[in-house]
Amino acid sequence: MATQHEIELMDSATRAQQATELGLRGERMIINMGPQHPSTHGVLRLVLELDGEEIVNVWPDIGYLHRGDEKIAENMTYTQFIPYTDRLDYLAPLANNVAYAYAVEKLCGIDVPPRCKYIRVICAELARISSHLLGLGAFGMDVGALTVFLYTFREREKIYDLAECICGARFTTSYTRIGGLANDMPAEFLPMLRTFLKEFPKNLDEVDKLLTRNRIFLDRTRDVGVLSKEDAIDLGVTGPILRASGVDWDIRKAHPYGGYENFEFEVPVGMVGDCYDRYLVRMEEMRQSVRILHQAIDNLPTGPWNAPEAKIVLPEKKAVLTKMEELIHHFINVTQGINAPPGEVYFSAENPKGELGFYIVSRGGGAPHRLKIRAPSFVNLQALPVMSKGHMMSDMVAILASLDFVMGECDR
Amino acid sequence: MTPKEAIEKLTAKFGETIAQPVEFRGEHTVAVAREKIADVCAFLKRDCTFDVLTDLSGVDNYGDDPRFEVVYHLYSLTHHCSLRLKVRVSEDDPIVDSVTGVWRTADWHEREAFDMFGIRFRNHPNLKRILMWEGYPYFPLRKDFPLAGQQAELPETAVNAGRVEAAPMLGGPFVPAIGTRSSVVREPRQVDTVVENIDRVKHPTKKEQV
Repeated sequence: MATQHEIELMDSATRAQQATELGLRGERMIINMGPQHPSTHGVLRLVLELDGEEIVNVWPDIGYLHRGDEKIAENMTYTQFIPYTDRLDYLAPLANNVAYAYAVEKLCGIDVPPRCKYIRVICAELARISSHLLGLGAFGMDVGALTVFLYTFREREKIYDLAECICGARFTTSYTRIGGLANDMPAEFLPMLRTFLKEFPKNLDEVDKLLTRNRIFLDRTRDVGVLSKEDAIDLGVTGPILRASGVDWDIRKAHPYGGYENFEFEVPVGMVGDCYDRYLVRMEEMRQSVRILHQAIDNLPTGPWNAPEAKIVLPEKKAVLTKMEELIHHFINVTQGINAPPGEVYFSAENPKGELGFYIVSRGGGAPHRLKIRAPSFVNLQALPVMSKGHMMSDMVAILASLDFVMGECDR
Repeated sequence: MTPKEAIEKLTAKFGETIAQPVEFRGEHTVAVAREKIADVCAFLKRDCTFDVLTDLSGVDNYGDDPRFEVVYHLYSLTHHCSLRLKVRVSEDDPIVDSVTGVWRTADWHEREAFDMFGIRFRNHPNLKRILMWEGYPYFPLRKDFPLAGQQAELPETAVNAGRVEAAPMLGGPFVPAIGTRSSVVREPRQVDTVVENIDRVKHPTKKEQV
């Protein structure tokens, strides 16, 4: 049996005085958060140094989901790598497909037809809404508003249905091809998208009502995790986090690619750079995406959806089975890959999480010599120590949620 | 300021340490002497408004001399233009000056280049492995590292009881580049077979045990 001790309870002033007399200093504590913590959204491990409840230092430990995507890319053809891009930011696979296809097309120096560009815009914006919805839902849940998560997931489910309609897969879409798309959008896609666009703003307003002026949510997010403009630029942060810190920079506006120059939309910019601003920026970005989607539907061009370059684009299956020329192209394209010119390109697209860049070094032939993925989550996570120092341990959860990172992309 | 003007300014300031610029698909690349990279970056940030380091990446040109390249992607938020810098690094002395003093974002990028290629960065505040674990003996993105991977000691964890089984290492449907080795000779199946055989000696399969 354990021995029992008498504990004398004193008032706090006496205790403080006793501590001073004894020369007790506050000891710092190192604790582990993750890699299985629910608010680390995947497999991020944080080593926290705490002074009581206050965060003194943070060391993010990444790499738990490292699969060597860049090494794999060097050992397969450009087309074969498309399914791997689904698994980078797995909350917005369509946007990754689009970015990767444009990068390889830049290397090959080909342009895709307008219909393809518009369909890609639709894909990228749907992916943005889907990713932000998850970000918001998880944000709400992490700070204690579970309802939001259910609301946003209801909407995400509809986007999965749309993805299934357009390419057959809900999650790992692999929809783009080098120089085009896997297939044209089916006839029932547009009516489905119209219905979604009609319902979605109303449902988003419900989320808005639940969170934007919610007292608890405000207390948890306002002036928490502030990232100044200068720090954001110095740390190379991109996407909604950079814009929330007051930098008006969006690749879709700064370097319009894939027909974004034909769309009217606004780029929301924050003022303080705290968690609340990041939340507001994402909310507004979704509304702007809806605007873009409406314009894309209204002005959707007709015509081919694949570039005419026979040596790069996979020919139509029907033609492969009936025509000699197409059969040869199909055979060469599938077994050896496209013969990309030697050279190096960097292409970046505005993904939901920030700037997703592909740096491709080609020495000719069907496989890249080096393919570097500039993942937004990798760079954005680096800002975490700057944001969280001096805050309470419980604020860490809000800061992590407002960063909205995804480890598949961070670790590659 | 266009990238061309920036390169002109660079050449005027640093002279022969800046190589002839290369243009491909509208992107400008300049090779910079290894000793000068930190100065060049500081100059570009201060005088040419390249305030963002978008990306930093290592490249292994196996068989060339010098073997490695460190590639910097700079971006100017003021002029909306980008510039690519390159430094060549030899295998015997793979050390480059760190640019963490110019842009803090270089920290993790340089750690990654170290982790994947073994390129070291002088004056880096915390040059440790980032994606692989501390104590991992190889540099996986080097061209002479097999795609199938190599056996290495797994790190000790607080909760691991006894031996940790490594994942089986098998390659996927990989296709060689045109004009290079045939699919029979190239990696990784060759290596896989070797590794498999070694493993089989140690741990015979059920069928063989019978």
